[in-house]
Amino acid sequence: MDIVIQQFVNALSLGGTYALLALGLAMVFSVLGLINFAHGDLMTLTGYTMFFAIGAGLGLPLAIVLGVACATLAAVAMERVAFRPVRDANTATMLLTSLAVSTILHMLFQNLISARPRAIPVPSWMIGAVDVGGLAIGVIQLMSITATALLLIALSVFLRRSILGIAMRAAALDFPVTRLMGINANAVVATAFGLSGLLAGVAGVLWLAQRGSVDPLMGFLPVLKAFIAVVLGGLGSLAGAVVGGFALAFIEVFLRAFLPEGWLPFRESITLTLVIVLLLVRPEGLIGQRENVR
Amino acid sequence: MSGGPEHLLDVAGLEVRYGAIEAIRGAGLEVCKGEIVTLLGANGAGKSSFLNAVMGLVPLAAGRVVLDGEDITGETPETVVRRGMTLCPEGRRVFANLTVRENLAIGGATRRRTGDAATILGDMLDRFPVLAERHDQMAGTLSGGEQQMLAIARAMMSAPRIVLLDEPSLGLAPRVVDTIFEMIVALQHHGATILLVEQNVDLALDVADRGYVLASGRVALSGPASELQSSGEVERAYMGRD
Repeated sequence: MDIVIQQFVNALSLGGTYALLALGLAMVFSVLGLINFAHGDLMTLTGYTMFFAIGAGLGLPLAIVLGVACATLAAVAMERVAFRPVRDANTATMLLTSLAVSTILHMLFQNLISARPRAIPVPSWMIGAVDVGGLAIGVIQLMSITATALLLIALSVFLRRSILGIAMRAAALDFPVTRLMGINANAVVATAFGLSGLLAGVAGVLWLAQRGSVDPLMGFLPVLKAFIAVVLGGLGSLAGAVVGGFALAFIEVFLRAFLPEGWLPFRESITLTLVIVLLLVRPEGLIGQRENVR
Repeated sequence: MSGGPEHLLDVAGLEVRYGAIEAIRGAGLEVCKGEIVTLLGANGAGKSSFLNAVMGLVPLAAGRVVLDGEDITGETPETVVRRGMTLCPEGRRVFANLTVRENLAIGGATRRRTGDAATILGDMLDRFPVLAERHDQMAGTLSGGEQQMLAIARAMMSAPRIVLLDEPSLGLAPRVVDTIFEMIVALQHHGATILLVEQNVDLALDVADRGYVLASGRVALSGPASELQSSGEVERAYMGRD
């Protein structure tokens, strides 16, 4: 029983990271119809910012703040420089633009920093575990679950209570009519990108805490997972992205824990097969609505 | 045709093109303060294109839009709304997954800085009591008539100097249409200025002070509503035999 609870905590922790990333992707998608391939590079940017900040002796807390701030600003800058000029172009153009942004960032990281991983030292107290009702729960897992929960609550309050938050949900449903409410289109899009950068930054910190190093392609795999989570939850639905993130993490973690030894190499294939089966049964995603299927 | 101060809205020489197709070929109209003016025309005559172009939702190929003496040609829709003109779009287009309360809140987004959003909201809920009853319901769960009332109230939340109503009777039962039109007349009594696009010619001319008939992207006919109603020329303009 203990092992089940232990794996449950692992899945919550990993799912939180996927959920934050997926939410950022879904936020930009719901407003612009753009799948931002450069989303993962915002995580990588957080990693390098932290690497240099710690190297400059600024200490971990300040490095984390700088890392998240950098991802947020970079996301806003990305929209302003690369995506705004092609906002009214077709989906393929925007998709290619995001691929180009992603490739440019990879090249910059590789050529200006290094293709090799750079270590980000995790303090020793984080590596330990705390005793919660007889269970040893990793400090990093606990911090990750707490950070995810706080961020999701704050975001949900913002989206329900503030006029800009309501405007973002309205823009996801009908952008032209949202502008007829006197809402500035650029403000909505910039906010969506800023929040997606903030979420990617926090996800980057959580990811780094588990891995302890950053390399130019660090963001690729988690964002691929986040994209699967977005589709699994229901493309265009913010709640769906969160549910999809947790669902994917639970499938992965429990397969890793309970699959027979010989099957473990096929873990990813089994995960993706399960995702495909789920989508065959519910093409609109776990909690997406039929009209959201584009 | 120049925008004298007596005209609240003055549109002249409007042209709209979608690729090679000319939807509007030099149409214009004026609306004075406190008037209901109706823009009529058969399906595809370009009525919605005209409103969308005036609002800045679709680009103008040519023409001038003057609101209360201020040239707003080519401004973005959000700027036009801030200047005091708004559009209640065809097909209602309420935000289905937002509550009635949220729909109205976002409609009043531009009034938050002036601080009178709460006063306007109270006024709207008095005038549309059904919206007060359904305050926390998702807009998508309302009936068609209730959604139309919400769409109008949402547009009025910005306290516009002039509101453009695009086909408020579309897809509604006759009894509901009557209610909606009573509300439009009541809005005028409360000082609103309205440009009304309608397919229901008789109903529109009943409530309007003046009317314009659009045919093939041009104004084929215009005049006081009572004259248009009695002359029978409207039908001829509709058939394109002008």
